[in-house]
Amino acid sequence: MKGANNRWLEQGDDALDRLIAERIDSPVPETPAPRPPRKRRVRTVHIPHALYLALALLLCLGIIGALMQTTARLPSFGNPDNPTNNEVSRRYLEQGLEETGAVNLVAGMILDYRAFDTLGESNVLFVAICAVIILLRLQQGEARPDDTAWEPRHDLILRTVGRLVVPLVLVFGIYVILNGHLSPGGGFSGGAVIGAGLILCRLAEGGERMGKVLSFRTFRALSTGALSFYALSKAYSFFTGANRLPSVITPGVPGRIFSAGLIPYLNIAVGLVVACTMYALFTLFRKGDL
Amino acid sequence: MSLSNYEELAAIALFGIGLTLLILDRNLIKKIIGFSMSDAGIYLYLAARGYVEGRRPPIVENGVTDAAAYINPIPTGLVLTGIVVSVASSAVFLALAVRLYERYRTLNLDEITDRVRKEEE
Amino acid sequence: MPLWQSIPFASVMLPLAGAAVTAALPPRASRRWAGALMAVVWGLSVGLIVCLLTGGGSFTYPMGHLGAPWGNELRAGPLEALLASLFSGVMLLSLLGGADKLREDLTPGRQPFYSVLLLLTLAALMAQVYTNDLFTAYVFVEIITLCGCGLIAARSGTGKSLSAAARYMVMNLIASALFLLGVILLYDLTGHLLMDPLRGAVQVLAADPARELPLTMVVALLCVSLAIKGALWPFHTWVPDAYSTATPTGAAVLSSLVCKAYLILLLKVLTRVITPEVLAAVQADQVLFLLGIAGMLMGSLHAIHQRELRRMIAWSSVAQVGYIFMGFGLRGGLGMGASVFHMVSHAVCKSMLFLAADALIRASEGHEALRNLRGAGHRAPLAGVCLSAGLLSLVGIPLLGGFVSKLNFVQAAIAAGGIREPIALAALAVSTLLHIFYCVRAVLLIWSQPEQPLTAPAPRIPWRAGLALGALLVLNLALGCLAPPVWTVIQSGLAVIG
Repeated sequence: MKGANNRWLEQGDDALDRLIAERIDSPVPETPAPRPPRKRRVRTVHIPHALYLALALLLCLGIIGALMQTTARLPSFGNPDNPTNNEVSRRYLEQGLEETGAVNLVAGMILDYRAFDTLGESNVLFVAICAVIILLRLQQGEARPDDTAWEPRHDLILRTVGRLVVPLVLVFGIYVILNGHLSPGGGFSGGAVIGAGLILCRLAEGGERMGKVLSFRTFRALSTGALSFYALSKAYSFFTGANRLPSVITPGVPGRIFSAGLIPYLNIAVGLVVACTMYALFTLFRKGDL
Repeated sequence: MSLSNYEELAAIALFGIGLTLLILDRNLIKKIIGFSMSDAGIYLYLAARGYVEGRRPPIVENGVTDAAAYINPIPTGLVLTGIVVSVASSAVFLALAVRLYERYRTLNLDEITDRVRKEEE
Repeated sequence: MPLWQSIPFASVMLPLAGAAVTAALPPRASRRWAGALMAVVWGLSVGLIVCLLTGGGSFTYPMGHLGAPWGNELRAGPLEALLASLFSGVMLLSLLGGADKLREDLTPGRQPFYSVLLLLTLAALMAQVYTNDLFTAYVFVEIITLCGCGLIAARSGTGKSLSAAARYMVMNLIASALFLLGVILLYDLTGHLLMDPLRGAVQVLAADPARELPLTMVVALLCVSLAIKGALWPFHTWVPDAYSTATPTGAAVLSSLVCKAYLILLLKVLTRVITPEVLAAVQADQVLFLLGIAGMLMGSLHAIHQRELRRMIAWSSVAQVGYIFMGFGLRGGLGMGASVFHMVSHAVCKSMLFLAADALIRASEGHEALRNLRGAGHRAPLAGVCLSAGLLSLVGIPLLGGFVSKLNFVQAAIAAGGIREPIALAALAVSTLLHIFYCVRAVLLIWSQPEQPLTAPAPRIPWRAGLALGALLVLNLALGCLAPPVWTVIQSGLAVIG
């Protein structure tokens, strides 16, 4: 393990040295070069350590003090008469079951009443994965230190336990997603569970095998498909809702697995996006590709 | 002035410490830790504000749909949204830190700025 | 509900739904698809202005079955429609103008994802303009923030853009945390997240002396967080590096659109949630006014010191944001109107400046330093004309958008009266002088004869960049010569917003 570590560092330094050498050795251009910009003084302020500590402490105490003063003047904790327990939350609690069909009232709130926020939230995840792909995915002809060299290979304990645990984790994740409108859970939490299962599976079975099952193309197809479905189905429900058009989506019988209108399908879409994103984040940090 | 909001006070302390780390520490990883801490503080705060004494989580049981039986579902939903947002932000920031470390072999943001300036000259 | 009232909904959902597909397209097709969606959104927004001006007033559009105070909502009036058409149009032109440089700056594998980020930025900008809900605003602020990080860091092969992106992330994450805390405190005090019920609840709060500190804290948190994101001095530290290292499309989008989206959100918060009366009661308008004036002067002073063209333009953005905040701080509707007009004229001007600066730098063998750009105007005449027009507009030369902007600020300052009038007028005068220093110097420099002629012939400006520059130049002239209709739209929009 230690050897691999050192080798990696050495390689990195070699690459850096080569880069510096290239810079130094590059021939001076012979064309009448424009005058180089005047030398600028490198001006950086390094805060002395003691001053830095004092500053940090002062800032920390200032922020905390001001906010604590504010908190002390807020409505008191756990009081049913607080302004937040108003007609809005009352409607979510009393008519949520009837209007959305979801037994889990939080799921009904985030995927029906305030679904626009949640749509934005899934797109935040998509933005993050796009930015990480831009930053970390290996481009053609680019070499980067590969963390997979550190991964244990054919580790008996890891593989055996992995084979036992991974199916259970995946099944549990699917259960959490499918019951998102009936019990605590939903697309985000279930998706995170499945993502963890996939990462464990990759660690146990090795990157090569897992890379064949869930390649970059598969990942891209799954997340774009799920997100497009999410956006289009929500667009339909926003449009029909705002224009008071008859909609094919009905709350159904609360408590059944096929009820609560779009919510279970949205949970599945969100779960797919979250699971793919978690797994892709792991592998992108690990080796720069899926 | 009521001093009964102990849960919120603790959450605010966490938020303040995290924010200070994010603003003043030079190490990128510690900055990210600070960011996660400050966000965690906000979510604890929000969750505490949503609690109502003696009520149950907002999942309908036995067909009871009385507002007096459950806590406020809105803060819970907002926390859920917020957590996803902060996971996404930390992922992007960590990716940046990885790239910067590969290039400059340091996580100190001041040092990185110095080296960038030297590279230019 | 007539069909045209669905335009705000379509402007948000089209790019949002279109973005996911973009990731799977090849680079060239992804850019075309993104451009096509931007053009569609622009067309729809222009249609919306026409419909609103003939149909009158404003309307709300529930995102779901229920409107305020239960569900998410969009709201559109003339002001929102004007800004939506401005944002989508300028973004289309920025993409068009920077497309060729984009191909050089980004490896092919990154380009589709760059298009995704641009489309999601557009969707989030539209959501920011139209949203009627503070928490929705927070979620889409985060989308813009993360997209911005990608837009800065995407340029391959430079460490400078990475470190700029890291600084950007630090400042913007601080701002996000503060904004979220502000929204939550406000929710806790009132129990609402939608702007219409919040407004009434804030009025009730302001009358309660026991809640004075929490309300002040909320105003401070919201203003400071959006000031950091909008790059107001002294929170601007991430701006110069970020704007000057990003690829031209990214720089144009960030400086002219993204920063404006935060300012628009602040404008909506200040006028629709925290009314001007409450703002004055907690003394926040004075702070905004003074910080704005400090920004106007400091931004220009720093711009004078810069030796690189793009950094100079970036610093000038800090000064322009100062103007906008000064307008927020001037009491009375004229100040807000002047700020909004300045946002429009600055958005059109800054994107043109970044695109033109890039064309001039390319015509000078890629040298960024001002002294190496001597005579660059002769090598790339169109870019030279555009850069000169943009810089002169910043100074406030008649016939250009900047002139009308400054005139509006002067009128607003006189209308405000009191101690603010002399301070604002003096600051405007000094700031104009400072602008003359660096803008006119740069204009003279690019049109003077080069000391040593370059041997290699200057590369031609690609037709796309030429088209975008020409369109932006026409827009700048139109804002300067035909300002009254735009001013009418802004005034009617502000009249129905509050």
